[in-house]
Amino acid sequence: MTFRYKNVYINETGTVVGPEEKKGPLNNYFDKSHDDFYFGTKTWEQAESKLIEEAVDITLGKLEKNRFDMDLFISGDLLNQIVASNYAASTLNIPYLGIYNACATSVEGLIIGANMIEANQIKHCLCSASSHNNAAEKQFRYPVEYGGPKPKTTTFTTTGTAVAYLTYNKKGVKIESATLGRVIDMGIKDAYEMGAVMAPAAADTIFRHLQNTKREADYYDLILTGDLGSVGKKILVDYMYTEYGIELHHYDDTAAMIFDLERQSVYSGGSGPACAPLVTYSYIFHQMRKKKLRRVLLVATGALMSTTMVNQKLSIPAIAHAVSLEVVE
Amino acid sequence: MEKNKYKHLVEKHTPKENSIYNGLVAFVVGGIMGVLGQLLIDLYSYWLHIPSSEASPYMIITFIFIGCLLTCFGFFDKWVHFAKAGLIVPITGFAHSMMSAALEYRKEGMITGIGANMLKLSGSVIIFGIVSAYVFGLIRLLLMGG
Repeated sequence: MTFRYKNVYINETGTVVGPEEKKGPLNNYFDKSHDDFYFGTKTWEQAESKLIEEAVDITLGKLEKNRFDMDLFISGDLLNQIVASNYAASTLNIPYLGIYNACATSVEGLIIGANMIEANQIKHCLCSASSHNNAAEKQFRYPVEYGGPKPKTTTFTTTGTAVAYLTYNKKGVKIESATLGRVIDMGIKDAYEMGAVMAPAAADTIFRHLQNTKREADYYDLILTGDLGSVGKKILVDYMYTEYGIELHHYDDTAAMIFDLERQSVYSGGSGPACAPLVTYSYIFHQMRKKKLRRVLLVATGALMSTTMVNQKLSIPAIAHAVSLEVVE
Repeated sequence: MEKNKYKHLVEKHTPKENSIYNGLVAFVVGGIMGVLGQLLIDLYSYWLHIPSSEASPYMIITFIFIGCLLTCFGFFDKWVHFAKAGLIVPITGFAHSMMSAALEYRKEGMITGIGANMLKLSGSVIIFGIVSAYVFGLIRLLLMGG
């Protein structure tokens, strides 16, 4: 399922990150970074809510608009019942849609917002995606202070929030088209192999996007998945070629970009709903504004994992949504 | 692509763990822990004038205390991460898993937080420790008469 848009633009973005991302190679491109995991709050969950509010305020500040100008706030995160988004929405006071597609949440939000703007139902929309390393570790894995070894394939959840302001004004980056993902389950049961879980979903969405739009992979200056990690990245390239005969020449993955994999202890890279949009809205948009990249296909991939289902020995389903982004000339 | 074929493709790209290095580190660190434990037993039995069998619980309690304390200081996880089974298999691993869970849930209250979650990781160790003690105790009773 691929839609095309005539009139949807990302005019402005806001990005806030935590301490580990601050040490990463993209720190100069983020709007704000923190040195601790609490940001003045008492718990990690409350800290994540605070991050969302901050990122929204930064975006609005750049736009010189206030919260009441916004028609819709779309937000999602990793926590149970997407509480970080819900609590942020309760202070923001903007009409709100809470969404969940794990790490594909950011693009899911962009697609929902873009469709409503294209249909003239709303004019100003904020799309947010966030994650918090400690809060996510606590919920999905082991206590943060527990140092048990993890395999090299595991990923490190990013701490941060990325917000995009969508509207009909021709400025910034155009959302040219979008492809909705299907849920793909290739039988991987290991929660530490997220790259392997998500790669086939990303491949399926990229393939269908290219097929529906009758484009070659080289049409894009960059195909960017987020967040397969260094292992998942290799799997995707191999899988795309073996399964569909498509060679990816201009391809990268946000998980491998947000951290320095040699220097930082992050296993195979970053993950979490914030990872893909943090890299895209900061570094990639910067490159697009400089006209070094003109057309980018952003494919956000999400492992729809639940610890309950993993304990019940079920394999992990995954999804990937894609948006085609073009710089406004 | 069939799931089996995909599994092979994944395996091809999955980095291998360095078992020999990990095993060696665990062996050395675990060995040092053993030496330290024996040293503590000997010291306790010398200081308190008690036999070794009575001194070993004191050694275990000391290790648990140190494991908990270092976990609270926030750097023991990095040691465990490095030493792996060398620090997890000894009683320090039990203390570390218990304390890290307690730290994690302290903001959720004494009863609903710490009380309910402290044994989240180490609870299985206690349960199956007791179960296996019963099973092997029974086998010993049947075979050797107690």
